[in-house]
Amino acid sequence: MLKYLFSKEDDIPQGTAAIFFGISSIAWFVIGTGLGSFNAAKLAFPDLFHGLYSLQFGHMRQVHVHAVIFGWIAMAFAASMMYITPALGNTKLWSEKLGVWNCLLYNVGLCLALALLWSGVTSGREYSDHIWPIDLYIAFVMVVPWSLNVWMTIVNRRTQGIYTTNWFFAGCMFMTIIVFLIGNTPEWLHLTGLNEAYMTWWFAHNILGLLITPVAAAITYYIVPKITGNPLYSHRVGHLHFWSIVVFYSTPAAHHLMSSPLPEWLKSFASVEGVLILVPAVAYVCNILLTMQGRWALFVENIEIKFTITGVLLAIPLNMQGGFQQTRAINWYIHGTGWIVAHAHLALLGFSTFAEAASVYYGMQVLLRRKLWSASLANFHFWMLLIGFSLYWTSMTISGLIQGAAKIYEVPYVDVVIAEHPYMIVRWLGGTMVFFGNIIWLYNMIMTARAGDPVPVGRQPAEIAYTR
Amino acid sequence: MAFREYRIGCWMFGFALSLSMFVTIILPGLDISSMSSTKIALEKQLTYGWETGFNYYDPFLQGKDKPVKVVLTKDPMTGKAIDKTDAFVFPAGTHFPSGLTHDGILGDDVQKASEELGKIGQADEAQGGVFLVRSTADDVPYIEFATATKGWTADATLKAADEKLLAGSGKTMFVREGCWWCHTLLPEQTQDWQSFGRPPLVGDFNGESPTTFGSDRKAPDLLHVGSRNSSREWMVMHFFNPRLVQPHSIMPRYDYLWGDVDADGNAVDLPGWDEKYLAYARGESIYPPAVPMPAADSEARKLIDFVINLK
Repeated sequence: MLKYLFSKEDDIPQGTAAIFFGISSIAWFVIGTGLGSFNAAKLAFPDLFHGLYSLQFGHMRQVHVHAVIFGWIAMAFAASMMYITPALGNTKLWSEKLGVWNCLLYNVGLCLALALLWSGVTSGREYSDHIWPIDLYIAFVMVVPWSLNVWMTIVNRRTQGIYTTNWFFAGCMFMTIIVFLIGNTPEWLHLTGLNEAYMTWWFAHNILGLLITPVAAAITYYIVPKITGNPLYSHRVGHLHFWSIVVFYSTPAAHHLMSSPLPEWLKSFASVEGVLILVPAVAYVCNILLTMQGRWALFVENIEIKFTITGVLLAIPLNMQGGFQQTRAINWYIHGTGWIVAHAHLALLGFSTFAEAASVYYGMQVLLRRKLWSASLANFHFWMLLIGFSLYWTSMTISGLIQGAAKIYEVPYVDVVIAEHPYMIVRWLGGTMVFFGNIIWLYNMIMTARAGDPVPVGRQPAEIAYTR
Repeated sequence: MAFREYRIGCWMFGFALSLSMFVTIILPGLDISSMSSTKIALEKQLTYGWETGFNYYDPFLQGKDKPVKVVLTKDPMTGKAIDKTDAFVFPAGTHFPSGLTHDGILGDDVQKASEELGKIGQADEAQGGVFLVRSTADDVPYIEFATATKGWTADATLKAADEKLLAGSGKTMFVREGCWWCHTLLPEQTQDWQSFGRPPLVGDFNGESPTTFGSDRKAPDLLHVGSRNSSREWMVMHFFNPRLVQPHSIMPRYDYLWGDVDADGNAVDLPGWDEKYLAYARGESIYPPAVPMPAADSEARKLIDFVINLK
């Protein structure tokens, strides 16, 4: 990597930035899920790591969250954008050199940001935990150069139209910068009170709704037609998806604070808009699943499609939960319980991660021009992720329902802790399976780069997946 | 952007996003900002000071730049007995909460009463001073700058105090140690009245930052915990090792907040304590080892003060 930092633009091979982002994202995935497993262990057995005072739960919890969001998910997005955007524009990435620098400074900034959170230096606001100097760094050193590369590649495209995936990439990067700058106004302007609380959740909701879910969806809009060879089922449904994301997904932030004393009109408005999230959700899921027509065998045969479609199928329960759990009829029961934790992992570890894993698997093979070193290990990774996630989701949903019932019947809290104990153990096991699966993935990817069979020019890695 | 449809699309995109931000930021912002402070909000501002998250005056969240809450039973100026009174002492240089330095945080009536009756206009951060929370005859809460109205100086008030609560610094510990990842400070409007007490009202938060509601309740809500349990001895044992008082607790031990020496000046020996505790757990001794009392300037004391002060 270092040798390309000071190379001339023309001397840097195409795809270099994407490869570096891809490898970084897998490494951060291993770190992030490892931390998750470590934290979960402490929730099951609080004295298990007693004495490791530097790794207290209250300090490590947000390090796990930000390692997976900024390390794994965002970097996998960067990797995907840096090879998919030029491919769809029939052109080169605007600047590989900027991309390589971006990747380096991204990793440096993330290490710094996590180290500060680890030591307890925090803004005290969930999801915007980073202190404002780090926020500035994230916005202008990590995200703006990345966005610039995406936008300029689209501007310099050699195709007439812009494909669905690229609308999402360009639009979402723009919205992310806006959300990041406005969502941190409590820190820029020292907002206080309910304004601070509301803006905290405005940020948390929109960073998820305008970056993580739509970009993950955009990636599947590329991967599924590319590997199946089917054209996207409907360009117009894609339009519906895009515009309803912008209009509906950017508005329900207050539904995260349904039990707080926010103005009632705001909570009602947010709740209605929250149900309307089902519009982009249903449009998207239908569009992708109908694109699979006639090629469903690939769901079994092809590792990228297996990951992608699993992610899309997980988006169905995700959006049904998301649309309805925030209505007053349901929210009073499950608010603040493990149900929400399960839902958050369904979004990030379920839908989003499966889509990105497919994109990173595919991108690394295409860019390295090497076939996956071991298809068996990739399948093993898939099942570890799916089973681990399912254990996690099921146990946390059940424990959330226990908490909800206990909340209503005013059960003494310690009885809830006792009742949740077995589910905390299962959660830990599930998270640990995901962690081990990811170690296997990292190993498989390193072996692919070193010893994978070369993919002949003009062939797709998926076509020769089973040839020896 | 050679296509006309993309130009239209960009305008539509900008319009949609602007409209969304207008409805979700400007309108709620105006509405929330128009809410008047309650008495609770005034007390919280005077207890927690300017900012509890990362800030220029306390970048490593050590609990600096915070006021001290004191309980008085005699007048610091004259020494005469008075009704039990909570006073908020800002030593010279401590930064004031937003409500004292910005208009529009307290609400119109509260602001007017605080200026006319409470003389808060005379307060100066560089000089410090003492504040009280009062109510007018019409039940409008207001802040009184007791240094101007009664001549109570910060030093004299600290000296005359029956009890000092470092609850402001304690909130810094609460934020830094991530207590709010498991303990909410938000009894829910729908459910929690019996277990966790009155849910907060819309004006209860003015001037507080961060609000640390918490979102994932893995442990009891703490907003009124000081009313349910105000035993400092229980708190000391619970923070040192929660399993001493609640065998099924999954809370981490916060024994490291005791620092190097305890209240008696003896060194705090955590590994030594653990050894004796394990012997107790194996049944080799009848009683668990005694928990050292935290020193007056220890982080444990500050955190306990914060929790006890949550009434």
